[in-house]
Amino acid sequence: MKKSYDIIIIGGGPAGLAAAVSAYDNGVKDVLVIERDVRLGGILNQCIHNGFGLTRFKESLSGPEYAARFIEEVRARNIEVWTGTTVLSLTKDKQVTVIDPVHGMLVLQAKAVILAMGCRERSRGALNVAGSRPAGIYSAGTAQKYVNIKGFLPGKRVVILGSGDIGLIMARRMTLEGAKVLAVCEIMPYSSGLKRNIAQCLDDFDIPLYLNHTITKIEGEKRVTGVVVSKVDENRQPIAGTEMHFDCDTVLFSVGLIPENELTKEAEVPLSPKTRGAVVYQNRETLVDGIFACGNVLQVHDLVDFVSEEAEVAGRYASKYVLEGKSSACAIDVSAGENVSYALPQKIDKNISGNVKLFFRVTNTFRNCTIKVTSGDRVLLSRKKQICVPGEMETLLLAEQKLQEIDGNIVVSLENEVNV
Amino acid sequence: MFDVIVIGGGVVGGLILRELTEYRLSVCLLEKESDVCMGASKANSGIVHAGYDAMPGSLKAKFNVLGSEMMEGVTAELGVKYRRNGALVVAFSQEEIATLQTLKKRGEENGVKGLEIVQQEELRTMEKNISDTALAALYAPTSGVVCPYELSIAAIGNAMDNGAALYNDFDVTSIARKADEKGETYVVCSKNGQEVEGRYIVNCAGLNSGAIAALVGDDLCVGARKGEYVLLDRESGDFVSHTLFFTPTKLGKGILVTQTADGNILLGPTADERTADTQTTAQGLAFVIEKAKKMTKNPPLYNTITSFAGIRAYSDRHDFVLEESKTAQGVFHCAGIESPGLTASPAIAKYVVETWLSQKMPLVKNKKFNGTRKPDYFFKNLTLEEKNAIIKTDPSYGKIVCRCEQITEGEILRAIRENPPARDIDGVKRRTRSGMGRCQGGFCQPYVAELLAKEQGIELFEVTKNGKGSSLLTGVTK
Repeated sequence: MKKSYDIIIIGGGPAGLAAAVSAYDNGVKDVLVIERDVRLGGILNQCIHNGFGLTRFKESLSGPEYAARFIEEVRARNIEVWTGTTVLSLTKDKQVTVIDPVHGMLVLQAKAVILAMGCRERSRGALNVAGSRPAGIYSAGTAQKYVNIKGFLPGKRVVILGSGDIGLIMARRMTLEGAKVLAVCEIMPYSSGLKRNIAQCLDDFDIPLYLNHTITKIEGEKRVTGVVVSKVDENRQPIAGTEMHFDCDTVLFSVGLIPENELTKEAEVPLSPKTRGAVVYQNRETLVDGIFACGNVLQVHDLVDFVSEEAEVAGRYASKYVLEGKSSACAIDVSAGENVSYALPQKIDKNISGNVKLFFRVTNTFRNCTIKVTSGDRVLLSRKKQICVPGEMETLLLAEQKLQEIDGNIVVSLENEVNV
Repeated sequence: MFDVIVIGGGVVGGLILRELTEYRLSVCLLEKESDVCMGASKANSGIVHAGYDAMPGSLKAKFNVLGSEMMEGVTAELGVKYRRNGALVVAFSQEEIATLQTLKKRGEENGVKGLEIVQQEELRTMEKNISDTALAALYAPTSGVVCPYELSIAAIGNAMDNGAALYNDFDVTSIARKADEKGETYVVCSKNGQEVEGRYIVNCAGLNSGAIAALVGDDLCVGARKGEYVLLDRESGDFVSHTLFFTPTKLGKGILVTQTADGNILLGPTADERTADTQTTAQGLAFVIEKAKKMTKNPPLYNTITSFAGIRAYSDRHDFVLEESKTAQGVFHCAGIESPGLTASPAIAKYVVETWLSQKMPLVKNKKFNGTRKPDYFFKNLTLEEKNAIIKTDPSYGKIVCRCEQITEGEILRAIRENPPARDIDGVKRRTRSGMGRCQGGFCQPYVAELLAKEQGIELFEVTKNGKGSSLLTGVTK
């Protein structure tokens, strides 16, 4: 049996699929995509709402439709795909240990690896929410799977904690399925979801959004019977006397996504504590030679369109790495300055030609602000923005010639006139 | 008609049941809940105590030391993870250092081997993350960790494999005496109308052991103490390697920081005697975290995967109650089995059968008894070749269902099919660790639910989290 490949891509979701097509089209044909689910497409398969592809295809697709376009591209190229296969471990020498019912357990060798494992939801347990542990507590994505894939309703009276996009989407979805969504609570003073989702999923259905509120107690012995919701102060601590009680049978948690980097850590790939994904160059190569990362395993994106774009970069350069055998180096460090929570890529290799697109998120809601990219005293780029919110990723394009002119490191920051 | 009825499917009841099947006896286990191991044995610290805590001469001291010595053998037979990681009782003041000497002396009197006092410098080399303010510690090398529910379930499963009967959902409401030609027997009835008859009864009902005792006319005062815990991801598993205790005060042993048998880090428990529920509280969890921060430098709380609370039963005698009923001959009470009850359980089991029951009736060895059980985690430890051999004959072992703990479909099916069968999500979780990891079942739960539905011939919406009333789903979509 064939046990070595030029490029092994771990994950057959939007990132893995786009990376595979890109790697192939850039000259490396010996590519294997490994997907743990029985079908390709990743989390898109359960995202049956529309709004995917607006940026890339200029049309509004459902998740499965968006995935199908890439699956077709992969099929058209006859790229080898293993589904129902789980990667158990990865080494820095790019040995990939896999298991599935057909191949059994075996060790594959790759010249380059593209990490495209996506992310997972933070669970109730991670938050130490007090109370009981009955049935009826789900992360929003698990509820989405039950509703959209399995065809079952997880509950009838629902309180949602966290206003991330999946939580917002599920507020609407549960309502459409006949459940009553009593409240969406958000501990922060702003939602981490897209503005369009607040409008289309909450406002249009009269679902109240409680900012600066959190669930302080879950009740019910066998099944959830209610929750206590409290207002929080500026330190996000519950304020006594502000408790509200909701009778509900279900609590959904949409409290953040965590890149699934267990394999990445095993391969000794350095991670950024801010993104919880790998530290990468602009070509999405990590600090381990020949291991690339893209999509939500690298940074949690707002839109799948950006995942595909990032994956194409990783695919192209993984292909180049296989053909030329050269790793990234000669780096400019990129760091997050004032009011910016992270910036990516964290490293820029000046020998890689082309402009560099910087991705970053801000730490709060800012109006009439200025985004700046600086190197020492020198301002490389400055953009005025009417509004910046943490829930929406910002991008800036750094021209190649500007990069050639500098020799210091780069800081991305936000100058703020009015903080709302 | 059974020779012996065991009431309560926790670790004590489970190990007694197994001990009974070593003899030619017909035995059964009555469990109130839909699964075994649903009380104190499912949520405690999982420590196999060395034995320096208990007062010399107490039942706790005697059975702790005996149980600790037996644990390695019992867990090996049952295929249960057990590790002697050693314990450190840490002192933060001169007064506490003095207490360490008392503990050491007490431990030596109890027969605990290898106790020594380690000074700050050595302590720091033993535990890299110990607090800078820790001054010294009592080192107990024989202390260990075991997974309490793994042990309980394995013991009951092994007993069932050797012929014991299990009655679930058997909430005992009455115990009536009846006489036959051989003497007196007992008829035990449940809330839902089940009935079993037996000659001897062993009461291991944990929190309810007082209520069971009352049914035969005994007055045992059994209280409940809640303990809250915080559990950290295995990724942080090397944060500490020993079990770290605070120096005990009049208020008890306080919270601990330990590696678990499965390689997680466990912080807790609190000790709250005001309520008998298993709800966590903001204050309780904050207390656990505060103490963990006192014991260690920067505990990796960002890797918290869950928090939970367990209930321990204690007797007002503050010692184990191991005695025959004063009013009902042939009924034996094991009550107030609080810490070090888990450690003591194998020794208690031996005592109940070999010392008490053997005086009541002649015991004949069961030649067919097989005390070994294939470990639940056996697949993980196989070589690549061995795994492939299994996958070839049973491809379900090639399908990973729980990605965080890397649990296969084959392992889950085995938990649903083997003794004592898992019937719900939590039952699968306790037997396989599917859902125990960092995503807390977010990904695997729908998959496990489908396997449970298929294997039991029920609809997906009938699958429960932990028995009646805990349905996962409320209906179908439009």
